Amino acid sequence: MSFLSARGLRKRYGGQEVVAGIDLDVRKGECFGLLGPNGAGKTTTLRLLLGLTEPDGGEIQVLDLPVPAKAREARVKVGVVPQFDNLDPDFSVRENLVAYGRYFGLSDAEITARLPGLLEFAELAHKADANIQTLSGGMKRRLTLARALVNDPDLIFLDEPTTGLDPQARHMIWQRLRALLNQGKTIVLTTHFMEEAERLCDRLMIMDHGRIIAEGAPRQLIESHIEPQVVEVYGEGLDAWGDGNGQLCERLERVGETLFCYTHHGEAVTQQLCGQTELRYLSRPASLEDVFLKLTGRDMRD
Amino acid sequence: MLKYFSLPVLSLRFIPVWRRNFLVWKKLAIPAILGNLADPAFYMLGLGYGLGALLPEVGGMKYLAFLASGTVCYSTMNSASFEALYSGFSRMHVQKTWEAILNAPLTLDDVLLGELIWTICKSLLSGLAILVIVWAMGLYASFAMSLWVIPVILLMGFCFTGMALVVNALSPNYDFFMYYFTLVITPMVLLCGVFYPVEQLPAFLREVSAWLPLTHAIELVRPLMQGRIPGGILNHVLVLAAYGSVGYYIALGLTRRRLLK
Repeated sequence: MSFLSARGLRKRYGGQEVVAGIDLDVRKGECFGLLGPNGAGKTTTLRLLLGLTEPDGGEIQVLDLPVPAKAREARVKVGVVPQFDNLDPDFSVRENLVAYGRYFGLSDAEITARLPGLLEFAELAHKADANIQTLSGGMKRRLTLARALVNDPDLIFLDEPTTGLDPQARHMIWQRLRALLNQGKTIVLTTHFMEEAERLCDRLMIMDHGRIIAEGAPRQLIESHIEPQVVEVYGEGLDAWGDGNGQLCERLERVGETLFCYTHHGEAVTQQLCGQTELRYLSRPASLEDVFLKLTGRDMRD
Repeated sequence: MLKYFSLPVLSLRFIPVWRRNFLVWKKLAIPAILGNLADPAFYMLGLGYGLGALLPEVGGMKYLAFLASGTVCYSTMNSASFEALYSGFSRMHVQKTWEAILNAPLTLDDVLLGELIWTICKSLLSGLAILVIVWAMGLYASFAMSLWVIPVILLMGFCFTGMALVVNALSPNYDFFMYYFTLVITPMVLLCGVFYPVEQLPAFLREVSAWLPLTHAIELVRPLMQGRIPGGILNHVLVLAAYGSVGYYIALGLTRRRLLK
């Protein structure tokens, strides 16, 4: 039984099909990632799943309820962390949580009972009465996350939860999301940070131009789409080196002043490069980002 | 397009939206009340005494009393328009408060109904503030009759909020509201009998005035303040209710199209 599913989902704006026939299934308790470059259709897909806009085609079930027909009822057990901060700037941390809890029909007594747990989870107990405008970006994100949990949701949507955060704040959010997964919550997140998806997601889907172009577990995607090692080579005489080492590198890609060598023989390549004085190199295991760039290309999207 | 213009769904789920606005208002209540009260009161007293001293009776009463009825109406209209436009637009577009609410189990119909009722309450406060001055200064004929002004204020609040929400739904930014204030609100203030009887206007402008909702509000309030039952009550009430309901219906359709696209 799937927790969240969509079949043949389509959405068109003007002449352009922004979501062009998507199937997806999210299982209970997993973290599911929706990846894609800007404009790939991730946010529109989320809005469709939440029932905030009507699809032009396809079917959606969220927590066993048909969406958009029963979207409002489905959202009773759903939490949302939107891409852009929409906390109430006139309210304190506490008031933001109280006002939001009321939208779920919770009584003030119920909300008050939940507040300490939420504040502690977001590590904002010391800021309970602080005005929103005095919070750092990381604190605001944590508060938005706490706000999404006010109704104790079974399913949480996060739209680019760590965009714009510094590494400390980002790691803190990742920790919190892992804690939620350990509690058995189901998470759907969109991101274009491959590292984030690789660390958190059990399964993910890469979207581009409104279509799914790959899906699977992060490791599995890397194994099936790309060679296990990447050696990035910079410096004088790149091309000559590349021409001479075609048999070691299964795939060679020149991007600006860098040559990417995708290979099963990382060690042999680096040994070969050790002797080259003009060339600098970086050898690393292939990552999701390499898969992403291979599948969606290196062209700028905005 | 048509799907956005289905009839409004009315539900008590609007209450938390109303409470959210009330909580913000409470934090800023003192300057808010001062603004509601002081500005129209100064206009009324300044013009009422200053200009009133130069004038004989206007419309069968002292000029200050004449102006007081107009001020109750114009203050209510202004308050509803400012709240639905500037504050409503902040919540809808700038702070994205409505979007946050829509992620909860509420619909846009609930949000807009909450905004409508909230704005009516705020404009009631503005109208009441002037009414209190009227009572304190004894500018009425019968206290019992003057109490009927309160439901008229509520109806005006509905009328002008419905109209303003249409403009809100269409607005790309705050500057857009200038068109509405310059082309709709200001003419109403000057043509509908706030400062002088409509009968003083040339026939053509009287014709325009008859179509404007503020005229009908003043036609209800002024006799009530003089202790008389207004003539043509049903007509005036229907005009105000029609502007409000048609406005709200169009506003809801346009806002759905804007946010649920």
